[in-house]
Amino acid sequence: MTGTRDAARPGHLPAVPPTTRSKRPALVLGGAFVALVAVVLTGIGIGAFPLPPGAVVVTLLNRALDAIGVDPLPGGLGHTGEAVLLELRLPRVILAVLVGAALSVSGAAFQGVFRNPLADPYLLGAAAGAGLGATLVIAYSPATSLGPFGIVPLAAFAGALVGVGCALLLGTAAGGSQSATLLLAGIAVASFLAAGQTLVQQQNTEDLREVYGWLLGQLGRSTWADVGMVLPYLGTAVIVLLLCGRALDVLAVGDDEASSLGVHPGRVRLLVILAASLATASAVAVSGLIGFVGLVVPHIARRLIGSSYHLVLPASLLVGGAFLVLADLVARVVLAPAELPIGVVTAFIGAPFFAGLLWVGARRR
Amino acid sequence: MTGPTASRPAGARVEIIDLGAAYGRTRVLDGIRLTVEPGGWLAVIGPNGSGKSTLLRCVLGLHGHDGLVRVDGVPTSGMPRRARARQVAYAPQSPVLPDAVSARDYVALGRTPHRALLAAPRAVDRQVVADVMERLEIAGLAERPLRTLSGGEQQRAVLARALAQQPRVLLLDEPTAALDLGHAQQVLDLVDDLRRQDGLTVLSTLHDLTLAGQYADRLALLSGGRVAAEGAPAEVLTTAALEAHYGARAQVVSGPDGPAVLPVRATG
Repeated sequence: MTGTRDAARPGHLPAVPPTTRSKRPALVLGGAFVALVAVVLTGIGIGAFPLPPGAVVVTLLNRALDAIGVDPLPGGLGHTGEAVLLELRLPRVILAVLVGAALSVSGAAFQGVFRNPLADPYLLGAAAGAGLGATLVIAYSPATSLGPFGIVPLAAFAGALVGVGCALLLGTAAGGSQSATLLLAGIAVASFLAAGQTLVQQQNTEDLREVYGWLLGQLGRSTWADVGMVLPYLGTAVIVLLLCGRALDVLAVGDDEASSLGVHPGRVRLLVILAASLATASAVAVSGLIGFVGLVVPHIARRLIGSSYHLVLPASLLVGGAFLVLADLVARVVLAPAELPIGVVTAFIGAPFFAGLLWVGARRR
Repeated sequence: MTGPTASRPAGARVEIIDLGAAYGRTRVLDGIRLTVEPGGWLAVIGPNGSGKSTLLRCVLGLHGHDGLVRVDGVPTSGMPRRARARQVAYAPQSPVLPDAVSARDYVALGRTPHRALLAAPRAVDRQVVADVMERLEIAGLAERPLRTLSGGEQQRAVLARALAQQPRVLLLDEPTAALDLGHAQQVLDLVDDLRRQDGLTVLSTLHDLTLAGQYADRLALLSGGRVAAEGAPAEVLTTAALEAHYGARAQVVSGPDGPAVLPVRATG
């Protein structure tokens, strides 16, 4: 229909065939997945008792074969190696993947919901709430566990949910589902809870070291019980977030236009905030407050794959998991046999890496 | 033009019946009654603050109102949001352009009401997006980040996003606000083509009175939240009406495509 006009318009460019889909996102996600597997094998392999990756894979394969009654392959780990793998390294590395993925996906989701690149998963009071919960039980609780679970993770989990819950209640009471009001409510709640945490901590200085250790993040005491405790919540929340990617893409055009496209921005926002908070609370419960990951990994993912949320979320998941395994590896190797708090490591390697990324990006433009 | 865009249903009749709206306690619209025939173009004109944009937002259901808006006889207030989005598309005055999103991905958002919110675009969605972009002559810009396009190209991308909804009614809030005269004419020509070829119903606000008179087949003059005049451009655009509602001194001369408004300087 516009044939004559096209011919008369020299600047008109030829159309790209409609059905070609860019293969790049699939390549990036595939590459990130391979990198994650490689990093996981490295993380399992390195330590006081080295475990060669080949033998690790064979051993894990044999466990699976054993379950279906097939004879084991040769070349697996010895008894000690297998014990180190199954009791120490594997739960720790898996927990690092889960925590890194949860924090990164939540961070990306928060940035999408608030249309703010500086948002991170701790924004709505999850960190401050978890900090207060953990400090309270470290200082006052006579018991150290409740059933199979440690009391500190349970308290941190509850505290994180209470913190976000307060921020949501305050924010919705004050201004519906508007993001600026919610952010301000989050800041108010987080400051209040952080003050409470400091107060408890100052009155119980004998527990200071343990509280600090928790606040800076640690994966050193990871067990299968930790994995089992957080996996249901964390897994559900992360799956919900991944499914919300396209809804977040629509939200990026603003509430009015999203509504005119048939979406309920308030409902999407609430669902995403609840899921991201649940994922964050689960991560914080088992790892303490690991900073930096949730803020920066989504930006790394964006540089790799563009800024559509249906791609940024899965990319953040893979990159975040790999990043935290690497950080944990550094944390336990650098001062071995002592360990650095992982939160220190994430900032120490993460910040320069990110600065470099910004610098390279700026020069390329 | 073949393909899915050609098979869409023609435009719908839009009826606005006794519509009123307020911001807090301030009434901004009162007793608005307007009808746009299928395939018609009604341009809402009026001085700043007369409630033009609010009227469009009410028609979309973005602003609380009393009275009734009907699309082909069906009240929009009872429609689920997705069903309404398949009937009525909207291009706001200052659209939010997401960062670093390509023009194609942006236009593809228009397919949202036609597929499950969680699902990936289907082949038919990609085909509609490609057709619409081809038609608006931005197919060659598909991979470019939206923010790097010129004002006129961005406006066409926003229009393409609205058309990708395959709506029966197009609501345009000041579609030419950020454009120079040439680009403004280009966009209005496009809208006019779409309306004539597809029978799309267009309800727009336009602040440029001469362009409004040239392109729309009916004008509604909004003043103080009420419809002060409604009818063919020559009936609505009068020296007396401009003086009364805009406080403007202007001469209305008849041009080849309808009345043209010629501002007159105060003498002495």
